[in-house]
Amino acid sequence: MKAATETTELSSLIRRDRTTGMTTIELAVEGVMCAGCITRIESALKRTPGVEDARLNFTTKRLTVGWRDRDFQPSIAIDTVEKLGYRARPMRQAEADNGDRATSRYLLRCLGVAGFAAMNIMLLSVSVWSGNVTDITPETRDLFHWLSALIALPAAAYAGRPFFQSAWSVLRNGHVNMDVPISLGIILALGMSLVETANHAEHAYFDSAIMLIFFLLCGRFADHTLRRKTRSVAENLAAFKAETAHRISVDNEIVLVPASALRPGDRVLVKPGERIPADGRVVSGSSSIDESIVTGESAPRSIGTDDNVYAGSLNIGAAITLKITRQTEDSFVAEVDRLLHRAVTSKSRYVRLADRAARLYAPIVHAASALTLVGWLAAGAPVHDAIIVAISVLIITCPCALALAVPAVQVVAANRFFRSGIFLNAGDAIERFADVDTVVFDKTGTLTLPEPQLINAEGIAPDTLEQAARLALSTKHPLAASLARHASGSLPFDDVSEEPGRGIRTTIGGVEARLGSLDFCGVDPGRASEAGVSSLLAFKCGDRSAIFLIGQSLRPDAAATVNALRRLGLHVKILSGDRAEAITPVADRLGVSDWQGSLKPGDKVAVLESLKRGGRRVLMVGDGINDAAALATAWVSLSPISASDLSQAQADGVFLGESLRPVAETVATSRAARALMHQNLWLAAIYNALAVPLAIAGLVTPLIAAAAMSGSSIIVTLNALRLGLFRQIDGKPAASAIEAKTA
Amino acid sequence: MNVLIYLLPMALGLGLTGLVAFIWSLKSNQYDDMDGAALRPLSDDDL
Repeated sequence: MKAATETTELSSLIRRDRTTGMTTIELAVEGVMCAGCITRIESALKRTPGVEDARLNFTTKRLTVGWRDRDFQPSIAIDTVEKLGYRARPMRQAEADNGDRATSRYLLRCLGVAGFAAMNIMLLSVSVWSGNVTDITPETRDLFHWLSALIALPAAAYAGRPFFQSAWSVLRNGHVNMDVPISLGIILALGMSLVETANHAEHAYFDSAIMLIFFLLCGRFADHTLRRKTRSVAENLAAFKAETAHRISVDNEIVLVPASALRPGDRVLVKPGERIPADGRVVSGSSSIDESIVTGESAPRSIGTDDNVYAGSLNIGAAITLKITRQTEDSFVAEVDRLLHRAVTSKSRYVRLADRAARLYAPIVHAASALTLVGWLAAGAPVHDAIIVAISVLIITCPCALALAVPAVQVVAANRFFRSGIFLNAGDAIERFADVDTVVFDKTGTLTLPEPQLINAEGIAPDTLEQAARLALSTKHPLAASLARHASGSLPFDDVSEEPGRGIRTTIGGVEARLGSLDFCGVDPGRASEAGVSSLLAFKCGDRSAIFLIGQSLRPDAAATVNALRRLGLHVKILSGDRAEAITPVADRLGVSDWQGSLKPGDKVAVLESLKRGGRRVLMVGDGINDAAALATAWVSLSPISASDLSQAQADGVFLGESLRPVAETVATSRAARALMHQNLWLAAIYNALAVPLAIAGLVTPLIAAAAMSGSSIIVTLNALRLGLFRQIDGKPAASAIEAKTA
Repeated sequence: MNVLIYLLPMALGLGLTGLVAFIWSLKSNQYDDMDGAALRPLSDDDL
């Protein structure tokens, strides 16, 4: 049954090419590290009957498998890859990526054309410049200028489109961005040069205009490439996260379907260890569920018939059957929706640094140019000369350095974030991260690890722990899974039997060993004082017994990160939906005195709003559905990759891995990046302060223009690259967190 | 300066050849997997 339904799931993800008759599917593959992996995967697939083509893209970690046979099951390809020890999941957002790829090629084509034109025009221009001071004849110069025009005009019309289109679209809406002065500068430089060439003049600015386009395209292409890379990793992660559900059909058969295919009224079976795929009501069975991702509450909740359960909760008891309900039926989810809607609509749009600079810059430059024209006319210069000087002011101030100043830093910063496993959703997030003065953490799933952990490992005899952990390897129960992590490389026991909902047993050296609930193992619960905060798991082997406390435990570097944030001058606060007695030990260990517990989603938003009114810039870090509205309300926000989809969609950035260090790293790197952005803007301003008086005085020749414009662009780019030299928070090099397991 | 009659078309022709080669390489998907292209020559059992 399973295989057949998986095929129906996959059939929506395959693509048929009618001209070649080839059917393809794209898979995200995890664990590909080296050249050997490429060969191993591709050759194993090519040996598989039916498969005609297999190509692994190492950059995006995606595998394209092609076949012609209509009966071929794509799930065979997935199985083949998984048998080799890699994880593979079908990709869903293939179309979005195609648009990205097309844009990338478009920019690269423009870049190629601009590069070709720039090189050839420079060849002609350098000849003219050296000829002007030696013995070039006016006829040769005219020929060179006309040739330049012949190359420059079509090249600019083709390669300048990204800037012209962007400038036109904002002008139509009555706004100004950096592309407006850029486009104006390019068009005026080309137009004036054409007129001057026709008049047999000494100077033409074709080279400046084309070089400008080339440099700016370099910046834009780098920016786009990095965004694309970030997005493709995010899509791969989404493919691995996609949940499935066991739907119970009308004739009581169990069918595996993607969670997104569930409809209200469907009946769904949720086994222990599975996450609840959609909001619903329990129709049969009773169990306990871990709702920490929904409400932040760390203690498991007992549920029975007619109780409401929320998507994302982990079933840690016995199997239950749910009836899927419409989302808005439930008060909790409806409340979150309402808060979220309000937060998103009231969010004030942050004006980016580059846009603020553009708003200031364009009027000043255009006014300076107009004043130059008036000034030269008033001083009695001929109209032609006055216009030439005024246009040369516009050309020399064409904001090449300014347009690169901020994006260059963003590219370097985003690349650094990427390597540390931090993905930014919002382009202006870096600037907002740099402004932060308060960090608000959610507790459960954010300060603590998303999966339950064994808390009292120190208090248990090592060989008892080892045996219990080894026994735990034989079951998929989530509580046992946290115990099984302590089995240091040993294999499961051979002969293990499981009693669903109670526990498992085997024989170790002739003695029966049991792992499971307290009464299943016959262990006295008297010592388990912390019940309520954590779940209990008992182990008994002969006369030895142990009680394991399993619950939330702090991320390994949570304390170090909180200290690092304090060193950065930030105030740290905890806002949790959990009860006070669950927060106190966490807050004590982290040394955080400012915390509030038992907060409903609306309370969190209210606290953030009052901080905002107090002039605070808050970075909110949270993962639960109850945090979504708070994430949207905060100045800027981060989510761990384990967060609920709703929260991830609201957060400005997502970080990978078990470590909390990315939070401090994001703030530190963003601050360094913003300092460099300001430096770059000042460098661009200094360049203008030097170049504009020369232009107004009419002393700028094409040689000076080319040298000054290229020079300033290169200086701001080199300055941006310095960001790569800043030290990491604690001196450790950025680990390749992208490869780290995420689920 | 009659030599310009040969030199200019040659220079432009070479440049154009480069541009055409670049666009051809772009069209034949050679920039899609830059990291993989660097690794593929290392495996010799790809024959």
